This record gives sequence, C-alpha cells and structure tokens, in this order.
Amino acid sequence: MDNLVLAGVELPSRLILGTGKYASGEQLKQAVAASGAAVVTMAIKRVDTEGHRDDIVGPLRELGVRLMPNTSGARDAREAVFAARLSREALGTDWIKVEVHPGQKYLLPDPIATYEASRELVRDGFKVFAYCGADPELCRALEEVGVAAVMPLGSPIGSARGLETRGMLSIIIEQSHVPVVVDAGIGAPSEAAAALEMGAAALMVNTAVAAAGDPVAMARAFCLAAEAGRTAYEAGLASRAATARATSPMERFLEEAMK
Amino acid sequence: MRIVCNGKAREVADGLTLGALVDSLGQGREGVAAAVNSAIVRRADWDATALRDGDEVEVFSMVAGG
Repeated sequence: MDNLVLAGVELPSRLILGTGKYASGEQLKQAVAASGAAVVTMAIKRVDTEGHRDDIVGPLRELGVRLMPNTSGARDAREAVFAARLSREALGTDWIKVEVHPGQKYLLPDPIATYEASRELVRDGFKVFAYCGADPELCRALEEVGVAAVMPLGSPIGSARGLETRGMLSIIIEQSHVPVVVDAGIGAPSEAAAALEMGAAALMVNTAVAAAGDPVAMARAFCLAAEAGRTAYEAGLASRAATARATSPMERFLEEAMK
Repeated sequence: MRIVCNGKAREVADGLTLGALVDSLGQGREGVAAAVNSAIVRRADWDATALRDGDEVEVFSMVAGG
C-alpha cells in the first residue's frame, strides 16, 4: 500500500482521527493507538480561568502522532485566521485545518470565509487543510490558492449519515491535484472504505469512533477499513455491468447428461 | 494595577509578566497561546512582556476536537 503524503510529509496511515467526545483521555489515547492514525485533530479554546484543564497534548505527543489544530468555533475568516495563528503558537505547527461553520444546526462550512481564510493562511506560510463543502469548483479554487489538501464533507459533522455527497466527491477526486481527505459524516467503517475505494487520499473521522459502543474496538475497525479501502483502490475494482457475468462455466453438460 | 484576563477583571502586581500570569492559571505552557490586546505574543517573549494597567489578556489552550 502506498503511503499518504500530506504537505510533503509521508504518513503510514490514511486515517485522520478527531479527538473530540471521548469519555476520558485514556480512552482517547487507546483509540488513537488502535486506529493507527498518524494525524489527529484538536481545537483551541479560551482557557477557563476557574476550571481545570485536561492536558491532552502531552499524551498525544507521547503517542508520536502529528497534531493538526483546527479553527473550529470561528464564525468568519478573520476569526479563523486568528485561531490558526494562536494554534501555531500553542503547538509549534504550521498545519491547520481551516473550518468555518457559522450555523450551529448543520455546521456546514461557509465557502467564502473558508476560501478567504485559506488564502490568507497560505500566504502566511501555513499548510492549510480546508474543510469544505463537496463542491468541485470550490475545491479547485482552494487548490489554486495553495492549500495542502481539501477536506470535502460526506454529510454534516457528527451526523453519521455517510457519503451523501458521493457523486460530487468522485468529481473532486477525479479533478484534484492535491490530496482529497473526505471529512465529516462518516458513520461506519464501510463508508470509510468506500471513500478510499473511490480514490480519496485519506479520510477523517471523529464521532463514528468516539460515540461508538466501544470506541477502541471501533477505532480498530476503521483502521482495517482504511487499509481495505486503499488496498482495493490500488488493486483496481472490477467494472460494473448491467447484467450478470457468469463466474462458472456455462456449458450445457447437465442438460446433455440428463437426457 | 488592573487587567482583564479572559474577560474577567483582576487586580495584579505592577509589572506582572505575561509568563507569570499564564503560569498562575495552572495550565502549564505546553499547548497554550496568549494574546495581549488582540496581538498574539510568542511564548519565547512571554517572560519579557510586562503587562500594563488596562491590558486585555486572552489565554488559549488546545482541547479535544474534530
């Protein structure tokens, strides 16, 4: 299986794991290990000066995974750029997942703000991973401003509705010159495998693992699905046909023999 | 002097540095970023950044997220 290359970095897994919604830091750590993910996402938040903070950076660094901060919570391009610059200071990485979703109900990415923030951050030297709608022309525009990868959604964040945008995703994959990371909405390992079978470079999941009955076991299932999906893509799927194509010999020997 | 830290006013010693303020929050410095009056201050400069009366300080940390 070919290795994934994101922003010039070769990675041993095609799965990117979100770190949200786990019951504990320990469970998160185990899930990350079981998933085989080499990249995990994180968010940045104003410190609650009266609360305590669970340090998740330390444990994740111990696992040796690459940390990809996101701009979640940003409602416009200016906030996303500020969040990206804060994250760069906090983690010492120029990788940033740009996400701007002003509407709380569906958390759909604002295409204009995503484009503007991505353009500014690329100019500022960031390796931008743009979470965006499954719009081939938007992905093309993001590619033109120099993003490291596009991250079109399968369905709304956390919805577990799967690859509702499948048709558009396949156009994006066909046309893109940067890695396509299918992000958001993947609910089952079969959907993860399907995205990679289509030729997506990678995929990102969070809720499907974190909200599973057994998150660590589900992380392992996604690991296997990612491997299966990519291996299948590289093997080349058989073409579809409208009618049956026999897999056993169709000689009329039975008819002859039973005369 | 009086500063505002993450939206809350607080009385602090004159000349308090940004580094000392961050340390007082008990968050450590790993995965933490700070801005004074909306300008991000690099961690390497925190200890040399003396806060001034009326400064608005924002301290951020990395948290779980997707």
